[in-house]
Amino acid sequence: MDKIFRVNMTNLTTRVETVPAAWAGHGGRGLTSTIVAAEVPADCHPLGLNNKLVFAPGLLSGTAAANSGRMSCGAKSPLTGTIKESNAGGTSAQMFARMGIKALIIEGLPADDKWYNLHLTKDGVTINEETALVGKGNFAVIDAVSERLGKKVGVITIGPAGEMKMASANISVKDPDSKIRSHGRGGLGAVMGSKKIKYISMDDAGAPGVTIADPEKFKTAARIFAKALLDHPVSGQGLPTYGTNVLVNVLNEAGGLPTKNFRYGQFAGADKISGETMHDTIVERGGKPKHGCHAGCIIQCSQVYMDKAGNYLTSGFEYETIWGLGADCCIDNLDDIALADHHMDDIGIDSIETAVMMGVAMEGGVLPFGDGKGVIRLIKDEIGKGTPLGRILGGGAAHVGKTFGVTRVPVVKGQGIPAYDPRSVKGIGITYATSTMGADHTAGYTIATNILGVGGSVDPLKKDGQVELSRNLQIATAAVDSTGMCIFVAFPALDIPECLPALIDMINARFGISLSGDDVTNLGKHILKLERAFNIGAGFTNMHDRLPEFFSEPVPPHNAVWDFTGEEIDEFWNF
Amino acid sequence: MKITVKLFASFRDGRFKVEERDTPAGTVCRQVVLELGLKEEELGVVMVNGRHAPLEQELQDGDSLALFPLVGGG
Repeated sequence: MDKIFRVNMTNLTTRVETVPAAWAGHGGRGLTSTIVAAEVPADCHPLGLNNKLVFAPGLLSGTAAANSGRMSCGAKSPLTGTIKESNAGGTSAQMFARMGIKALIIEGLPADDKWYNLHLTKDGVTINEETALVGKGNFAVIDAVSERLGKKVGVITIGPAGEMKMASANISVKDPDSKIRSHGRGGLGAVMGSKKIKYISMDDAGAPGVTIADPEKFKTAARIFAKALLDHPVSGQGLPTYGTNVLVNVLNEAGGLPTKNFRYGQFAGADKISGETMHDTIVERGGKPKHGCHAGCIIQCSQVYMDKAGNYLTSGFEYETIWGLGADCCIDNLDDIALADHHMDDIGIDSIETAVMMGVAMEGGVLPFGDGKGVIRLIKDEIGKGTPLGRILGGGAAHVGKTFGVTRVPVVKGQGIPAYDPRSVKGIGITYATSTMGADHTAGYTIATNILGVGGSVDPLKKDGQVELSRNLQIATAAVDSTGMCIFVAFPALDIPECLPALIDMINARFGISLSGDDVTNLGKHILKLERAFNIGAGFTNMHDRLPEFFSEPVPPHNAVWDFTGEEIDEFWNF
Repeated sequence: MKITVKLFASFRDGRFKVEERDTPAGTVCRQVVLELGLKEEELGVVMVNGRHAPLEQELQDGDSLALFPLVGGG
């Protein structure tokens, strides 16, 4: 039977609770947002006594369903001030689900100045004082915990950035190779740091595993679903070969690759940092061009990137990171970007926020555009060591913009705008503007339809149909984020008719229920409205659903401008 | 007339990255695709001068034609 594990850091007590009926149908993002909305005062300080950090595996995590191993983490965000859900691969979601942990809720703040770790088993949580690993990087924490407790344990950890409560700090999760996947966005590492928890370890020995109400029905649906993932050219071939970074050349060609802090839509060095070049470099150096971020992943869009000497440099090396330090900061050296990615993983900061921030810092004269070695130094020696400059940089793009008097600051609700220019890919601009999470491309990935020709086609340079497209995709995404599924299942789900029904059949077979497609859509709507209500309580209005003023400047090569009126954007919430 | 053809991802295997080609006036995108030995069903994105284009689109002197298989990420 599923349980809620609750940890109170104020009085250092733990409890195992039954799942309230109102939470039973939720998982992943739906559950973290439900719990945050129910238990966290919207006007609280994100690093204060009343914020809570919630982890929840998805509805299908822990089952044999392909790509179902994503873990959701939620809280009020120190970066955006909004509700936040950030999900990641790694081994923790499957372990939580097998141990019957529907959610872990961490509340309160310790009264003393000590650091702690949490250890989870099927029976409950223990809180232990931690001294040895305080101040250590994420790689060292994962190695040390695996050494202490055995290779099989799961680890969720923060690096120095989280300890220092930087608003761009992330939470790292041990992956199947004992490397790192991250709950990247929104500064949730700072929330974990505020609660003085350095790491959470978990041991699922003796765990009951996940019960399936109708095993035969589940097996049939799981087979159809996995086949759709493998049959679709994006999830079956493109992603495993070139990784997400295949998008550099696509967006560059479409004039939507933000370059030099969103000044241009194309980057002269694009091919040097592209997925095609990255693939060839990985193969030449003996790395792995394909790799799963969690057990059960059959898409395998991740990879292992080696340095020139053939030593591990980084993995999970994603398009957004490469775009951000590459085109946006004008760095055309993939090895410099990979080394920066390694340090960001180790220090524990969001690679999207940090890359966007570096573009703003370059605009502000902190370092020249194109200075790859300078970026590595700032990450390692300033942010990593918490110098006064490092703490300013670790506060994220909006923070750095204010500090250095920069007006070209690409953020919405304080969160850095990712790798697609909203002027030349207008659908994603609607998602950035209206997402409950601050600028977030994953909230409603209109790139699929605007650029890639998946799920139909909408002209990226025109306004027609973009609000409706973003709305439909955000509703669907909120539901998918509740299943524990990787967001890339959306590619086959948009194009292959059997895919989405098979996903719903798996949920029904898992729980012995009979959800329809409409129920799933309604779930997505419910989650978005719940999250928005939290944000309204936190002081947000429709005026926060706007893009920065500088997007009225034309962006070459198409000289596109952001031309949605406020009223047109507000139509998004008309559902 | 002269056009530039750019190939991406798996379309580069055994072909090229960028090539300038002489083509007769009136050539449409589909003809170039077929000349390269690509099948229509393999195509994901077709762009002429950075804008999505149908295979029937007639190319003009100086145009840049970009061909991608179906890819994705994000």
